[in-house]
Amino acid sequence: MPAYTLKRTFVAFLILIVVSGLTFSLSHLSADPALTIGGEQASEEDIQAIRKLYGFDRPVHVQYFDWLGRALSGDFGESYHYKQRVFDMVSERIGRTMLLGTLAILFALVVSIPLGTLAAMWPNSIVDRVALFIAVLGQALPTFWFALMMIIVFGVWWRWLPISGHTQWANYVMPTIALGYYATPALMRLTRAGMIEVLASDYIRTARAKGLSPGSVLFKHALRNAIIPVVALAAVWFGFMLGGSIVIETIFNLKGIGWLSYDALLRSDLPVVQAIVLVFASFYVVLTLLADLLNAYLDPRISVR
Amino acid sequence: MASGNILEVENLRVDIPVASGMLHPVRGIDFSVSRGETLCIVGESGCGKSLTSLAVMGLLPKTARRTAARMDFLGHDIRTLREREMARLRGGSISMIFQEPMTSLNPSYTIGNQLAEVYLRHVEQSRAAARDRAVFLLEKVGISSAGSRLGQYPHQLSGGQRQRVMIAMALMCGPELIIADEPTTALDVTIQAQILHVLADLQHEFEMGMILITHDLGIVARVADKVQVMYAGKTVEEGPCEAVFDAPMHPYTQGLLRCIPIPGKTQRGERLGSVPGIVPNLVGELSGCMFRNRCEYASEACAEMRDEPTRMGDGHAYTCLRAPEEIAGERQGAGGTL
Ligand SMILES: Nc1ncnc2c1ncn2[C@@H]1O[C@H](COP(=O)(O)OP(=O)(O)OP(=O)(O)O)[C@@H](O)[C@H]1O
Ligand code: SF4
Ligand SMILES: [Mg+2]
Repeated sequence: MPAYTLKRTFVAFLILIVVSGLTFSLSHLSADPALTIGGEQASEEDIQAIRKLYGFDRPVHVQYFDWLGRALSGDFGESYHYKQRVFDMVSERIGRTMLLGTLAILFALVVSIPLGTLAAMWPNSIVDRVALFIAVLGQALPTFWFALMMIIVFGVWWRWLPISGHTQWANYVMPTIALGYYATPALMRLTRAGMIEVLASDYIRTARAKGLSPGSVLFKHALRNAIIPVVALAAVWFGFMLGGSIVIETIFNLKGIGWLSYDALLRSDLPVVQAIVLVFASFYVVLTLLADLLNAYLDPRISVR
Repeated sequence: MASGNILEVENLRVDIPVASGMLHPVRGIDFSVSRGETLCIVGESGCGKSLTSLAVMGLLPKTARRTAARMDFLGHDIRTLREREMARLRGGSISMIFQEPMTSLNPSYTIGNQLAEVYLRHVEQSRAAARDRAVFLLEKVGISSAGSRLGQYPHQLSGGQRQRVMIAMALMCGPELIIADEPTTALDVTIQAQILHVLADLQHEFEMGMILITHDLGIVARVADKVQVMYAGKTVEEGPCEAVFDAPMHPYTQGLLRCIPIPGKTQRGERLGSVPGIVPNLVGELSGCMFRNRCEYASEACAEMRDEPTRMGDGHAYTCLRAPEEIAGERQGAGGTL
């Protein structure tokens, strides 16, 4: 188990290096940072001077290792546009994104696990149909459209909820639902499929033959086993929620790092983009690793290898 | 029926709707078990043995329909019990051991947890007492260093050990009746006999009634008090063990006994069923003797036969047109191979 964890961590680290290297070279090839910094009125000499000053005249890989060396010590440079330290800009906003992502995945789990369980208990019943309908809807509706509909209905018509910002809890309600709903169909279907399979298993028959209460059969014996793959999938979706918050944060003007990355992309603010890509990539990597460890913890058959 | 019976079942039927119509896998069977008695049910694959035991346990598949003229267990009418009341009996005074030891334990919980659980549910809320009982029974079923096994997960045990655990689990609450549905079919030949011995010994020691479903006629001969031979959802012959083995009356029973293992010639634990022919489809309206397509004595009349068992005294009965004298004559003629 420790060897396994060590190996996984090493692979995770490699993935981060590769991802950051790729984004670094791609972004430096597609946009000229000197133009961004100099602004529209800059003369050719100014641009040249900026290139020299910032070291943009060096080969990309030299620049990358320079950046990587600093990044490893926590220095992500300075925003071209805001002239602030990128580290500060990101750490100021990252909490909001993580809060939104956490709320969204929790919302998705709270909706999908009971719904999937009910659907599995009475397959093809009206409950199952309703659950399926909700799931299909979640998949068919584009997130941004769903978010806009909520803004119109709950924010504009009924004025129940604020439509933008991040200062109060109420600000998080609609973004959480919009983002979390996106993950619901997959999690619900997996819960349903898992539960149907588990409920037909021999050990559930044993549990019933022992005269256990329906609650014990359903929750202790069935759900516990059905949920193992759901937990793993939820961890992956959590990564999506954190990274996928770009659209939602922008729509609701919730200024997390998703919003910041959108802003930075529009301004070709490369140091900011670079740092956020690294953060998003770390989220994925860490969560996938976590999903595996969690799986091993939940399923005693895995942990012994 | 004798009043010492703990279980009495009359005219039990199970019907299951399937795509091609109504399946009748159990078609009116009677049986009873008294304290300390072993009833063996034999018959080839698909004749309805498992469904019969599941019907008694109230664990039939959701789509199956169960009807019976009578189903009494310790004074309870099982037919009218609510699911909650039935759950009180299951695992408490009536336990079942299944055919599939590899998958019958929950992979996510320790042996100790799964053993204790049933005790906590039916006997008393004492973890210490449940633990003691679990250790006691694990030792009884022949599991070494029982105390340290409690913390193990099912995947850490072999198939034979898991079936021992299942037996211990069935005994946790001191049941009156234990139903063992082919408890050794899935196991290694060498382990089968051990497990059956454990089961038979404990049944004797705790004076439980037992319904043992098995393919192994050698085992039946050793442990059964009563034998019931099933064919296509019906009892074709039943009676005290010696009577059925000494003088099998139904052609199907005779066929089964003809393929009984012969020491030195037949592998131990080999499945029986070398009676030639195939089992008829049990969907839709059925009439006459279902064995007639495989029976060497079949005649026109067999297609119209009503299932009136021929009773021979001492509880031995069979359902076949042929007269006892006729059958006895044949047995003589065959030169006493049985
Ligand atoms: N849920 C079900 N739906 C439809 N048919 C079923 C179902 N369960 C069992 N059957 C059918 O009922 C018949 C009797 O099944 P049962 O499991 O009782 O046989 P068995 O005598 O226990 O056989 P085996 O020795 O193989 O265990 C079989 O033909 C089987 O295919
Ligand atoms: S009733 Fe006829 S077909 Fe059936 S077992 Fe007897 S002789 Fe054979
Ligand atoms: Mg069976």
